[in-house]
Amino acid sequence: MASPIMAPSFSIFGRKMESGLMSRFIPSISAHGCRKQALNRVLAVMAPTQPQRSPATTGSVKHAMSMTEKILARASERTQLAPGENVWVNVDVLMTHDVCGPGTIGIFKREFGQNAKVWDREKIVIIPDHYIFTSDERANRNVDILRDFCTEQNIKYYYDIKDLGNFRANPDYKGVCHIALAQEGHCRPSEVLLGTDSHTCNAGAFGQFATGIGNTDAGFVMGTGKILLKVPPTMRFILDGEMPKYLLAKDLILQIIGEITVAGATYKSMEFVGSTVESLNMEERMTLCNMVVEAGGKNGVVPVDKTTLKYLEDKTTLTSEPVYSDDGFRFIQEYKFDVSKLEPLVAKPHSPDNRALARECKDVKIDRVYIGSCTGGKTEDFLAAAKVFLASGKKVKVPTFLVPATQKVWMDVYSLPVPGSGGKTCSQIFEEAGCEVPASPSCAACLGGPRDTYARMNEPQVCVSTTNRNFPGRMGHKEGQVYLASPYTAAASALTGYVTDPREFLL
Amino acid sequence: MVIIVVSVVVPSPWSNIAIIVLSLPATILSLSSTFNLRFPSRPSFPKCPSFSRSPPEPLLSTAPRAAVTPSSPSPTTFHGPCYVIGDNIDTDQIIPAEHLTLVPSKPDEYQKLGSLALCGLPSSAYPVPFVLSGAASTPFPIVIAGANFGCGSSREHAPVALGVAGVWAVVAEYYARIFFRNSVSTGEMFPLESEETVIWKECTTGDIVTVDLDERWLTNHTTGKEYRLKPIGDAGPVIEAGGIFAYARKTGMIASASTA
Repeated sequence: MASPIMAPSFSIFGRKMESGLMSRFIPSISAHGCRKQALNRVLAVMAPTQPQRSPATTGSVKHAMSMTEKILARASERTQLAPGENVWVNVDVLMTHDVCGPGTIGIFKREFGQNAKVWDREKIVIIPDHYIFTSDERANRNVDILRDFCTEQNIKYYYDIKDLGNFRANPDYKGVCHIALAQEGHCRPSEVLLGTDSHTCNAGAFGQFATGIGNTDAGFVMGTGKILLKVPPTMRFILDGEMPKYLLAKDLILQIIGEITVAGATYKSMEFVGSTVESLNMEERMTLCNMVVEAGGKNGVVPVDKTTLKYLEDKTTLTSEPVYSDDGFRFIQEYKFDVSKLEPLVAKPHSPDNRALARECKDVKIDRVYIGSCTGGKTEDFLAAAKVFLASGKKVKVPTFLVPATQKVWMDVYSLPVPGSGGKTCSQIFEEAGCEVPASPSCAACLGGPRDTYARMNEPQVCVSTTNRNFPGRMGHKEGQVYLASPYTAAASALTGYVTDPREFLL
Repeated sequence: MVIIVVSVVVPSPWSNIAIIVLSLPATILSLSSTFNLRFPSRPSFPKCPSFSRSPPEPLLSTAPRAAVTPSSPSPTTFHGPCYVIGDNIDTDQIIPAEHLTLVPSKPDEYQKLGSLALCGLPSSAYPVPFVLSGAASTPFPIVIAGANFGCGSSREHAPVALGVAGVWAVVAEYYARIFFRNSVSTGEMFPLESEETVIWKECTTGDIVTVDLDERWLTNHTTGKEYRLKPIGDAGPVIEAGGIFAYARKTGMIASASTA
């Protein structure tokens, strides 16, 4: 009776399509013997067809696959997949946090039973990070809900916080979920990581499939360990050339999003390759993948290399071999960038694709600067900002808020020496420059949050921020204006009180 | 043997929408000692999405040019005044982040989300509020939007807020993927797509419209224009049933443990 984990069965009936709505794909059907009568009652329509591929000369039918396709093939126990196929995928890690966790838990209990157990207590990572240091009662209650559930289910990875007055008194507390996942060794090549947060795509930097889902889907995964996904086609971004010393990965991704727009990668996978990408450290690669969702992308991937393995060696062990896109693979679109020719950018209000050269915005007077979030609050981001302050030696002209993403980042800010500073730490440089004291690690004002959130924009002000979105009201006030930028650009802008190209200080 | 079959909609970037029906022997899902396959009946929330809703009363103080009264709908027709918004309306505008402390699986907080739907829209661009101050729901059961509706966050609060507020359908040019997926999984409202682009520019908030799901038409009675809709495909029955879990139970795909 017990059968091993097997491939799901599909019941697909063709549906007559209107002539104006031509489907370009044919369904892929895999039958399975174990099927009940009930299935026949269910209508299904065809999955999109696969593009025609010619058989290999060996006579067996093979086709080239992209990295994302290979990862999903492994996770769905198939040897081959093509874009457009809907497949049931085994999930390796499910992450949730204080904003979506309670809702997910509610759905899990409602659908699977009040006494149901999660599919695997070691594969769920619960990370309170969004609304932590606030007096908002519901927000505090939501963290309690997570704790109760983790206790009940004996969840192995729950990064709890109880003492809200002093984050350092909570040894388990980490901070921003996506950075915590990386730092705690939950990101592994070729795995499938899902999270109830749109920036889950951040983890694609580790050569895995990582994407955001909602509470209902997450509730389903919580109970079964599986999710139904459509295999996305892959867009390739080739970034070559030596990275200029005034550019960071944030500039690269803003360049790309400005190029393809906020919907340019909708339902697609974004693969980042090239000599520049290879030269990036893991935190910079995370910044690239983090904002894939801002282009509408389903997931982002960076191929695994020595840099990846070095980062992982003291954190975790690989569970599968890294995979790479086949040489003959045809990407749905390819973009090439000569990075040496790029300049520092901003995304002007109110869209991440509202790209402009930082130097062309030099007349924009600003009211504040925010350096933080999963996108721009990592150790490398603070080191970068410190570099600019060090080069200038002057004080900032506007309030400059610093929010380290995690406890580890906070400690780095206070302990790591900044190159060229004679042994000073970031925190010392920030203090000398007149920045605000680095705050407790959390998502803080990136997404506004409860009214008393640190650095929340409660008045209509102009802010240069290293965060990921700048739609109306994003950081709090509906009329607030947020310019998205790299840590270099943010620091440079803080020093002048205007949107400023960091070359003013770094050349 | 318990068969668990789930029908899940996976949104497509093209006009086609595919649903796969899955059959999983209970052994896969049971992990026998740790997993309980009881499926309790769904708690009855005060508002549960279903397609047999009665239409709202005409709530605008200004009489529409076309004097249309709400008719009793066929199950696949929605009728009433529309609310018009543009491109790239993101989840922060649909439900600002400060309200995400509300947990949608708690009935009273679920209800509260409805009163906050689209409250993030800047009033300079959208002077007519979607939900009147102090109200629990919207007078506009149909939203007409531009491209990339629901972009931004994965927060399920977004389609939930719209559904609880009383939105039956959004007709947009296309959707961001997580928002679309969440709309179907929760069954909160129909995320429909128009075949033409930029129809939102030809409509005005308050126009009386009819959405016919079967015939796939959006009719604006105030302007007299008609717009073809792309088929919702098998996402339709999933949403009508109230989401993926409800659909699986309604169609008998999730058997109770006693019939194993």
